[in-house]
Amino acid sequence: MPLDQALVGRTFPATDPYEVGREKIREFAEAIGDPNPLYRDPEAAKHVGHPDVIAPPTFPVVISMDASERLWGNPELGIDYSRVVHGDQRFVYTRPIIPGDRLVAVLTIESVQSRGGNDIVGTRADIRTAAGEPVVTAYSTIVVRGPEA
Amino acid sequence: MPTAAGSSPAYDDVDVGTELPSRSFPVRRVDLVRYAGASGDFNPIHWNERFAKSVGLPDVIAHGMFTMATAIRVVTDWAGDPASVLDYGVRFTKPVVVPDDGEGAEIAVAARVSEKLPDKQVAIEIQAVCGGQKVLGRARATVRLS
Repeated sequence: MPLDQALVGRTFPATDPYEVGREKIREFAEAIGDPNPLYRDPEAAKHVGHPDVIAPPTFPVVISMDASERLWGNPELGIDYSRVVHGDQRFVYTRPIIPGDRLVAVLTIESVQSRGGNDIVGTRADIRTAAGEPVVTAYSTIVVRGPEA
Repeated sequence: MPTAAGSSPAYDDVDVGTELPSRSFPVRRVDLVRYAGASGDFNPIHWNERFAKSVGLPDVIAHGMFTMATAIRVVTDWAGDPASVLDYGVRFTKPVVVPDDGEGAEIAVAARVSEKLPDKQVAIEIQAVCGGQKVLGRARATVRLS
């Protein structure tokens, strides 16, 4: 059954605060194979004006994925995770993520479309510090493949 | 060679059409296992061949977010400071299939300046190709230069 248009505008409760650590940023940089010193060396990062190492551009997915689980973990929506495909992803940065940040994400459903038996859901995750400072906004489109697709 | 960390190209030195140094990135199974662990995305289509085939995929495929992370390296290496990337978006068009054959796959990434914007910002268009197919569509970044 197609998802209800009435879901558009729905906002989900914020995720629990995620505390960013220097070693987690290093681990993520290793995992994407990126040797950039600004992800590892606080002195190199300070040299270009950052207070500490910075996280790579796609690191916010670690936090936004938590928020997305609000979608498939929700029995009311009935989304089958095994049929979910990532359609697109965009990040709009206010400032880089740094160690010590305590980040929460608030997920909002921005659009729901039904096309060719698939549900296409556009979401926005506003990632802020627990104190309310905006850090990055993550936009994702997920495609929920219909049974006949 | 990446530019020295933090040294960014000057806005006045780039034009529409300026090409960034292109690069190819190998992707092996172990890279996907490591990415699963670091990102927390343990979907078995990214590490379990039996499962991937059972849902109709040709083989294990890379995380879309891994491909997205790989493609922006051409931009962050050129820009010097990754924090100069203000906006980055992609569409996932084709999966990167990663066979367990000792070689894996290779993602070839190219990028060019597509527009000069106010405030020393430029729009960059990124191409990512694997096995002759575009794996990202509408891949764009906005970068602030010096």
